[in-house]
This record gives sequence, C-alpha cells and structure tokens, in this order.
Amino acid sequence: MVPLSYYLLLSGFLFACGVVGFLIKRNIITIFMSIELMLNGVNLSFVAFAAHWHALAGQVFVFFVMVVAAAEAAVGLAIIIAVYRTRETLNVDQVNLLKL
Amino acid sequence: MNPMLNLWLIPILPLAGAAINGTLGKKSSRQAVTTIALFFSGAAFAMALWVAMRFSSLSLPYTEFFAHWIRSGSFTADFAFYLDQLSLVMLLVVTGVGFLIHIYSVGYMWDDPSYYRFFSYLNLFMFFMLTLILAGNYLLMFIGWEGVGLASYLLIGFWFTKDSAASAGKKAFIVNRIGDFGFLIALFLLIQHFGTLNFGQVFSAVSPLPAETASAGLLTAIGILLMVGACGKSAQIPLYIWLPDAMEGPTPVSALIHAATMVTAGVYMVSRSHVIFQRAPMALTVVAIIGTLTAFFAATIGITQTDIKKVLAYSTVSQLGYMFMACGVGAFSAGIFHLMTHAFFKGLLFLAAGSVIHAVGGEQDMRKMGGLRSYIPWTFLTMGIATLAIAGVPPLAGFWSKDEILWKAYQASPVYWAVGVITAFITSFYMFRLLYMTFFGDYRGGQKDAHGHASHGHDAHKHDAQGGHGHGEPHESPMVMLVPLMILAVLSLVGGLVGIGNRFEHFLAPVFDSGLIAGSSEALEGASHATELLLMGISVLAAFSGWFLAYFLYNQRPELPPKIANGLNGLYETVVHKYYVDEIYAAVFVKPLIEGSTRILWQGVDRNVIDAAVNEAGDGAKHISDEVRHMQSGNIRSYAGWVAAGSAAVIGFMVWAWTVGR
Repeated sequence: MVPLSYYLLLSGFLFACGVVGFLIKRNIITIFMSIELMLNGVNLSFVAFAAHWHALAGQVFVFFVMVVAAAEAAVGLAIIIAVYRTRETLNVDQVNLLKL
Repeated sequence: MNPMLNLWLIPILPLAGAAINGTLGKKSSRQAVTTIALFFSGAAFAMALWVAMRFSSLSLPYTEFFAHWIRSGSFTADFAFYLDQLSLVMLLVVTGVGFLIHIYSVGYMWDDPSYYRFFSYLNLFMFFMLTLILAGNYLLMFIGWEGVGLASYLLIGFWFTKDSAASAGKKAFIVNRIGDFGFLIALFLLIQHFGTLNFGQVFSAVSPLPAETASAGLLTAIGILLMVGACGKSAQIPLYIWLPDAMEGPTPVSALIHAATMVTAGVYMVSRSHVIFQRAPMALTVVAIIGTLTAFFAATIGITQTDIKKVLAYSTVSQLGYMFMACGVGAFSAGIFHLMTHAFFKGLLFLAAGSVIHAVGGEQDMRKMGGLRSYIPWTFLTMGIATLAIAGVPPLAGFWSKDEILWKAYQASPVYWAVGVITAFITSFYMFRLLYMTFFGDYRGGQKDAHGHASHGHDAHKHDAQGGHGHGEPHESPMVMLVPLMILAVLSLVGGLVGIGNRFEHFLAPVFDSGLIAGSSEALEGASHATELLLMGISVLAAFSGWFLAYFLYNQRPELPPKIANGLNGLYETVVHKYYVDEIYAAVFVKPLIEGSTRILWQGVDRNVIDAAVNEAGDGAKHISDEVRHMQSGNIRSYAGWVAAGSAAVIGFMVWAWTVGR
C-alpha cells in the first residue's frame, strides 16, 4: 500500500506548481489552468485523507469541489471569450482595467 | 442651643457680587457696577454687625454646618463655620475696613477702563477672606487661604499690561506657594495623627497632650510648619520679599489686601492654632524670633525707601513682625489687638498715600513731593493721625497695641523688648520722615508736563486713561475718597481705647485661655505695675525721639540726610538695596532653578529624551513604512506572491516547530 505521505507530497507538489504557474504566467488560460491544478492538488489530499481515515466526508467534499470547479470553468471561460472579443489579447498585464 | 445665624451668607454675599460684576459688569454702567459691589460688601458688613449684636446671647464657640464636602471613612471636612471671639474680631475688621476701602476705590478707580474687573476681584477677595476667617476646619480655611492668594495675585497684576505688575503678581504667588507647602504638610500631619481637621476636634485632641518642653515632637513640627505657611502669607523672614513688590497693584488693593486684611491671615492662623503652639514652646520661640527679626530688619529698610508705597510696605512687614512677636511670647490677644489697630491705621496710611498719589498725578517718589500740606489738607490731617498712631504716640490706637506687645515681650525676654523698642523708634522715624518729605517743605514736583507718568507712576495707568487730565497743581481727592479716610482716622484715634484695662484681652480670653500658660498676666499685673509704666514711658520716649529726629533731619536740616548717607556709604547702600536679599535669593534659588530647568530639564530631559523619543518613534515609523510600502504595488500577482510567501513561511514554521517539538 502506498503511504499517505506520498499522496500528500504529490498533492503539495501539484499545489505548488499551480501557485507558481499562477504567479509567473501571463496568459489568462494558463492562469486558469493553474487554478484548476491547485484545486486538484487539494482534491488529491482530500481523497488521500478520506482513504486513510476511512471517512467519506473527504470524498463528498471532492465532489463539491469538482462541481464548483466545473461551474467556475464555465463562467471563467465565458468571461475569457468575452475579454478576448473586446481586447483581442489574453495577456493579463494588458487587461488591468475594468473599463475599455 | 444656639439660634441659627446663617453665617454662610456672610462669605456668599461678596461672592454673588463678584459673580454679577464679573459676568455682567463689562456691559453695565459704572454706576451699576458700583451699586452691586458696594451693596454686597456692605451687606456682608451689616450682617457681621448683626452677628456682633447677637453675640452675647450665643454659647461659644458657635458652629454651623452648611453642607457636606468631603466624607471619606472616618475623616470628614464639611462646609462648616466656626465663630468665637477671635473670628468675630477678624470678621468685623475685614468687613468694616473692606467696606470702607470699597467706597474709597469708587473714587480712586473711577477712570480705570477695567473698573468692573477691579470690583469683581475685590469682592472675590472678600469672599475668600471671610471663608478663611469663618472656616470651621483647617481645610476650608486652606481654601480661603489659597483663594485670598489668588485674589491677591489677580489684583497685584491688575494692570497686567505693565511687565513689572505682572511679574510682581507672579512673585507673590510663587513665594506664597512655598509657605503653603509648609501649611499643607502641617495639615497632613494633623490628619495622620488626629484623623480630623475640624477645629473643635483637633483642639480637644491636642488639649490633653503635655507641652513639648524637653524635646521637639509632633506638635513642634506642626507648629513650625504652620509658621512656614504664616511666613509666606504674612510676609515674614524669609518669605517677606513678595510684599514690597506687591505695591505694583492699585493703592486700594495695597490697603485692603497687603496691609489691613490678607497679610494678617498668618497671625490669625497662628492664633487660631494657639492650642498647638502653646504646647510647643520651641515652635513659639521660632515664631517670636522670626517676628522680632522681621520687625527690626523691615523697619531699617523702611528708612531708606523713597517710594511712598514701598515705605508703607516695609512698615507693614515690620508691624506684622510685631504681631508674630506677640504670638511668639504667647500673648495672642495682644497680637490680635495690634492686628486690629494696624488694620485701621495702616489701611488709612495706604488710602491717604493713594490720595497723595492721586493728587500729584501718579507720582510715588517722595523726593518729588513736598509741601502738599496746603494743597490736600484733609489727606494731610488723616495721614498725620495715622502716622501718630503707628508711631505709638498716646493715646492713639498704635500706642495701646504696641505697648501691650512690648510689655508681654518684656515678660518673656528683655531681648525681644529691646529690639521691639528700637524698632518702635525706627518706625516713628521713617513714618515722620515720610510725613515731612511728603507734606512739608516746598513742592518739588514742578509743573513739568511729563510728570513722570510712564516711568515712575505706578498708578500712571489710571491717569493715562483720563487722557490729558492736566495736573497743574496737586488737588484734593473727591469726598468719596475722603470719607473713608476720615472714618479710619477716627478709628485710629479711638480704636486703641478698647484695650484700656485689658478689656480687649479679657474679651478674647475665653479663646486663648487654655489653662496651660494661664494667669501669667494676672499674677504679674499688680506686682510689676511700676515696671509696666516705666516701659510704657520708654516706648513713648522712643516714639517721640524718632519723631524729633525725623523733624530735625527732614524739616530743619534737609541737607543733612544725604551727607549722613554718604558718611556710612557701605551700610547705607546695603540697606537701600534691601540687604541684597532679592539678589541673594536670585543667586541661590532662582538662578540655579532656572539654569537647572533650562539646561537639564528643558534641553536635557525634555528635548533630548522626551522629544527625542517621540520624534524617533515618528521618524522610525516613517522610514519603515517607506520600505514596506513597496510591497503595496497595485499589482495583483505580486500580492498573490506575498500571500504565497506568507503561507510558505507559516508552513515552514509549523514544520520547524513540529520537528523541534519532537
């Protein structure tokens, strides 16, 4: 059996990758994907703990997170498309004003 | 059971006058201000007379509770009043002389632009002085004590635009604080050891204690500390220096506060505390020595002064010294007797001096007066009576009281008596010198338009306000000023007669008779009647020889005094400069204090420690913020970076703590 710490280390690594990507990437799609990566890193730790403690709450939480992430992806992608249509760029440094 | 006298009304009446004039006076006419001021001070006098008339039907001491003030555990201090023979005498003197001086001030201050302010202060003074006199405990007395100090400060600095007046007021206030410090410590000692400040309780607690003849104890300490307070208020060595400077105030103020009433508060307080003093012979000796020394030294300074009010100021200090001499030898009633007659003749002297100053247009230098006898005959007459009275010429007021003191002093120690008689001689000399310089010879003021208004006239302010009121010739004062002079002159003439046959002493005897130093006068009375007459003769001789010397030097041979002065130049110079006491105090106390405050407290502690700490805190915060504000760039990703770094730091710490914790 794979020990819990392996899962947690992987989870932390995924989360750190998400954070770094979020901080250094300029493309809005990549930033969006970094956020998903962070969420999934957390999801991994949830299920790992759930399996370890034989508690279902962690697994239920993961479903909730996935639902929220899906909703967020739908809204976020819609916004990205809207932004691209008006600005014709996906570089966040050029999208720092709310008005046109 | 005593009838209700409502004594509280007596101090409250002048307070009402002060409040009305102080708040509404500026907008009111002078007539209205006059009416208010005179009504309330007159009403206090009338009430005092009414109390005096019902006095014989009272069982003494009469006490009256007005309101709660402080109730803390077993300690109480209330707004309570205490009336006995001693307070009655003071009450009549203060309200009576005070009322006369109020009337006089109407004429004297009429042209002053701050007329209402003057009367408001004067009434305020009456309120505090009456509180002091009627107080039923030491704490309420202390309120009055501080209050008259405040009123004195306000009135000395009445013409506060003049620098000398403002600083004289401050000097009086600060010097008095030193004395008040002693007074307060005495009160603390009383509270600590007797748990009360009420006169009746303190006296009955002290009465059973034995006299501290062998060694100084608690009562000696309390007595000496009370005397420190009295030294400040009553201008005794070493704290007398404020009184001559206090002459910067308007002349009626000098008469009321700095001659007749407030400065005698110390004598009153010591007499009121006689129960303590009688059981502390060492404290009494201190009182007697201070009084005797002050009487003598102030009198010698009085000889050389040329400012008419300064002469009277030193004379006041000297006469107060007599009163303390009397208290110090245990003859409290003689001290109070002199206090009363002194209030009459010294009040009169000051008012007459004010009338002289008024006549010559604000001039106070006696060298510029002379020959005023024919110009202002009424002032001359009244001032002459007062001079005879203070010199101790029988049968005027001063003779009786001074002689009483000297007789009692002789019984205690012939040394006190000898110094007292020499002082009496000097007193007579400088007073007649004043009289001859002012009223005899030729008028030396001249017709010069300048009149020394700005430079010399302490009262110049008033006359400036008159705007070109020509002072071609000295002129007599109006009736409103002369009538109080005449009344006081009559009192100076006959005021001493109440002392014949020791009637005054017998009146006060129930207050001072403590059974400790009892019967000394009665026992000695018959035995040494001849001695008393001999001493009386000597003091009369001293008075007349002082008169004659002044007559000879300042009327017959006016060229002599400068020569004599040159003959003893060193000594004369020293006395002219008041023994350099002000200079010594300045060098020993004031300068080190100012230097210390400037160098150490201001530039050292305040600037380099307190200010520096505050400034450094501010500067430091600014510098740190200057660095830290770079974090707040407005760039969201940098914020996210800080959040990530912070989380990493927290996690790192937890990991470290977890590993170390193991």
